[in-house]
Amino acid sequence: MSQTQTHIVMQAKGLVKRYGQVVALDGVDFELRAGEILAVIGDNGAGKSSLIKALSGATIPDEGEILLDGKPIHFKSPIDARRAGIETVYQDLAVAPAMTIAENLFLGRELRRPGFLGTVLRMLDKKKMLTESVARMNDLKVGIRSMTQAVETLSGGQRQCVAVSRAAAFAQHVVIMDEPTAALGVKESNMVLELIRRVRDRGLPVILISHNMPHVFEIADRVHIARLGKRAAVVDPKKISMSDAVAVMTGAKSVAELPAEALA
Amino acid sequence: MNTWKDRLPPLGTLGPFLALLAACAFFASQSSRFLTGENFSLILQQVMVVGVIAIGQTLIILTAGIDLSCGMVMALGGIVMTKFCTELGLPVPLAIVCGLTATTLFGLVNGLLVTRIKLPPFIVTLGTLNIAFAITQLYSSSQTVTEVPDSMTLLGNTFNLGGTAVSYGVVLMLMLYFAAWFGLRETASGRHVYAVGNSPEATRLTGIATHRVLLGVYVLAGLFYGIASLLSVARTGVGDPNAGQTENLDAITAVVLGGTSLFGGRGIVLGSLVGAMIVGVFRNGLTLMGVSSIYQVLVTGVLVILAVAADQLSRKGGR
Repeated sequence: MSQTQTHIVMQAKGLVKRYGQVVALDGVDFELRAGEILAVIGDNGAGKSSLIKALSGATIPDEGEILLDGKPIHFKSPIDARRAGIETVYQDLAVAPAMTIAENLFLGRELRRPGFLGTVLRMLDKKKMLTESVARMNDLKVGIRSMTQAVETLSGGQRQCVAVSRAAAFAQHVVIMDEPTAALGVKESNMVLELIRRVRDRGLPVILISHNMPHVFEIADRVHIARLGKRAAVVDPKKISMSDAVAVMTGAKSVAELPAEALA
Repeated sequence: MNTWKDRLPPLGTLGPFLALLAACAFFASQSSRFLTGENFSLILQQVMVVGVIAIGQTLIILTAGIDLSCGMVMALGGIVMTKFCTELGLPVPLAIVCGLTATTLFGLVNGLLVTRIKLPPFIVTLGTLNIAFAITQLYSSSQTVTEVPDSMTLLGNTFNLGGTAVSYGVVLMLMLYFAAWFGLRETASGRHVYAVGNSPEATRLTGIATHRVLLGVYVLAGLFYGIASLLSVARTGVGDPNAGQTENLDAITAVVLGGTSLFGGRGIVLGSLVGAMIVGVFRNGLTLMGVSSIYQVLVTGVLVILAVAADQLSRKGGR
C-alpha cells in the first residue's frame, strides 16, 4: 500500500501515563493508517498495554492527546471508545459461554421489535438478530453453521472468531485486538489470523497487540515497537528480519543500526 | 439452520419435568386419593408461597448468587402488612404496599452490599437472614397477628374450575411465572441476567452495566418475596412471625430441582415451578402414604443432591 498518502485514522501525540513512581508511558507517539494491520510489540513493561488501554479508553493518560480522524478525543471509559467506533477484542475469549452465537454478537446491543411489542413489552427481535448474525458471519466467511448453538459448543478458535466478528461488525473506525491468539493452538490461531486479515480487507484498520513474532510478521502491514514507554521505531515487517525487530525491542540494537528501508 | 432439534428444549430442562411426572405416577399408584383435582388444587395452594419466592430466588441464582434471606424477608413482609393494617389502622391496599416496600428494601440492601461493597451474596444474605428474622420477632413481639381483614386474604379464596376449587393465589403465581419467563427470555434485560451469570467480565466488556443488572435482580427478588408475603397471609389468614422458615430453603431447593445451575447463567424460571411442585408432590404423596414427615425431609435432601450432581455432570459433559 502507499505509505505516504494514506489517511491517518488514529493518532496519539506525547502520551504520558504515570503510576506513582512508575512511568508507564513516557511521551509515546502512535499512528494508525487507514486499512492497515498495525502490530504493537514490546517487552513486558515497555508500555504496550498502557498504550492500548489509553487508546481503548481503559485508562486516561496524564498528558498528551489522542486524535480520531483528526479530531481530539477524551475517552473516560471503554464505553466511550465503543461509542466512538472503536471495538476491542481481548485474549481471554470475552464471550458468554452458555448463550448462543447470535446472542453473543448482539450482547449489549440487542435489537427490539418494532411497534408496541418492542417499545412497551420491550420484546427482542430474535429473528432479525439471527439473520443479521448469519449475514455478518458469512460476510467474514466464518464457517459456523448454526447461530443458535451455544458458544461453549465451539472450539477456542471459533469462539475467538465470534469475538472478532462482533468487534468487526460494530466497529466504525478501529478494531483493537489484545493478544487475540494467546490462548489458542496453531490451527486455531491461523483461523483467527485469517479472519483478522479479512477484517482489514473490508476496510477496518486493526491494531494488533501480540507477543507472537511469527504471527506479527505473518499479518502485520507495519510494526510499532514500544520500548521504555516510548515508540522506538515503526518498521516494515517485509523489510526487516524478525531478529532485528526483537533486537530493537529489547534494546540490543538501536534504530540507527537498522537499514533505512526497514523503517515504515 | 433452524432445525426441529434446535427448537426442542435440551434434556437438562426436560429432566425436572420428567421427574415430576415420574413422582406423580408413583404416588398415583400408591394412593387412589393422589390423582384427583382436589388433591392437585391442594398441592398448588401449598406450593404457591414457595413458588413465588422461588421466582425471585431463580433470578438471583441465575446471576450466580444465592439468597438465604428470602423466607425471613417474606415473613417480615407479612408482619408489616398485617400489623400496619390491624394496629396502625392503615387501609388494606396501603398496608400491602408497605409490606411490599419492606421486602423490596431488603432486596435493595442485599443488592447494594453485593454490588457496591462486593461482598459474596452467600454472606450478605446470611446476615440479612438474621436481621430480617430479628426485626420480625421484635416488631411482632413474637406474637401472631390475628384479626386480619378479609380484604387482605382475598387471594386465598377459591373459584370453581371444572368442579375443582382453584385459589386466586395460584392463578397469580402462574401469572407471575409467565411474566418472569417472558422477561427473562424475550427482553434484553432478561438476557443480561443470563449473561451476568455466565461471565460477568465478558458482559461488562460489552458495555452492559453489570452492577445495575445485579442490583435490579435483588430488588425485583425482594418484590417477589413481598408478593409471597401477601400469599402467605392470604393462605393462613394471619401474620405469622415464624412463617418462612421452611420456605427459606425450600425455595432454593425448588430452583435447584428445577434445573437452574447454582453456577449461574443457565436455567429456566418455569423449571423452578416444576421444582416447587416436585417438593410439594413428594410431601403430599408421602403424607397420603402415611410416611412420617421426617422421611419427607430426607427425600428432599436426596433430591437436591441428585439435582446438583446432575447439573455438575452435565456441565462437565458439555465442555
